Amino acid sequence: MEILYYTLLGLGASFCAYRAMISRHLLPSTLYLACVSALVTITLYLLGAYEVAVIELSVGAGLVTVLLVYALSVIGEDVFDPTSIIPKPLAIFLVTAIGGLVIWMVYPLTIHPNTNGEVLLADVLWKYRALDVWVQVALIFSGVMGVLGLLSEKVHPQGQEMPSYENQAIDVNNRIGVQIEQELHV
Amino acid sequence: MTLNPLDIVLFGVVVLLIVGFYGLLITRNLIKIVLVLQILVKAVVIALVLAGKSSGNLGLGQSLAATVIVADTVVAVVALALAVQVRRRVGTLDLAKISSLRG
Repeated sequence: MEILYYTLLGLGASFCAYRAMISRHLLPSTLYLACVSALVTITLYLLGAYEVAVIELSVGAGLVTVLLVYALSVIGEDVFDPTSIIPKPLAIFLVTAIGGLVIWMVYPLTIHPNTNGEVLLADVLWKYRALDVWVQVALIFSGVMGVLGLLSEKVHPQGQEMPSYENQAIDVNNRIGVQIEQELHV
Repeated sequence: MTLNPLDIVLFGVVVLLIVGFYGLLITRNLIKIVLVLQILVKAVVIALVLAGKSSGNLGLGQSLAATVIVADTVVAVVALALAVQVRRRVGTLDLAKISSLRG
């Protein structure tokens, strides 16, 4: 019965991931990604990783989906040329080779019995990997500050247009040119 | 040859990895690249928990998976913010058009 559950979950997650990848519009792709997250959460729960399952559901299916939908609402959809950067047969060959190598290296799994008894996630985190936890806190803080900085816009006076990318580049070039001229005269 | 349930999970992880790598190779949309990276990281999270379970140390596998989830979320957030800025300044998300490197 357990094999049936894992098979169905794996097939469902793979199908949703494939649909998320090939979908032409980004909003359905985002929703398919949320489905992948939900199925991965169930798999983690069945594996006994309850805490990570909760984190995955709240962050993967919740926060990241909301962020993607927000980004899509800000920037809208682009129409893309369907041709890929590298030829598709080459891509298929490469990923098949990678998958085959992973299976060759890992399969069959050697299962060791749990000799340490029940080890709680909190014990592992706070006793053996406390430094990692503090690094994660710093990472989250820097991520939030980075996003605040990136999403913020300069306030321009009314009637004055925001300088375009090209105009900003020309402006920087002009300033560098003036500096070089001043140094040459000095 | 008999399959145990963890082998099935391993095959699922490999399929997710293949889909993620394929998407990473053929995608031109900046937002979709973030999305495909999420698929790859989900495969890695399951693989870490699977490794922890098969080695009899599930707690360590879970802690590593939690670290990966946090790092991946920060990467996704910053990448999306960068994509928004790129779209505002350049006007497109097509990687072939926004690349300024010429070789």
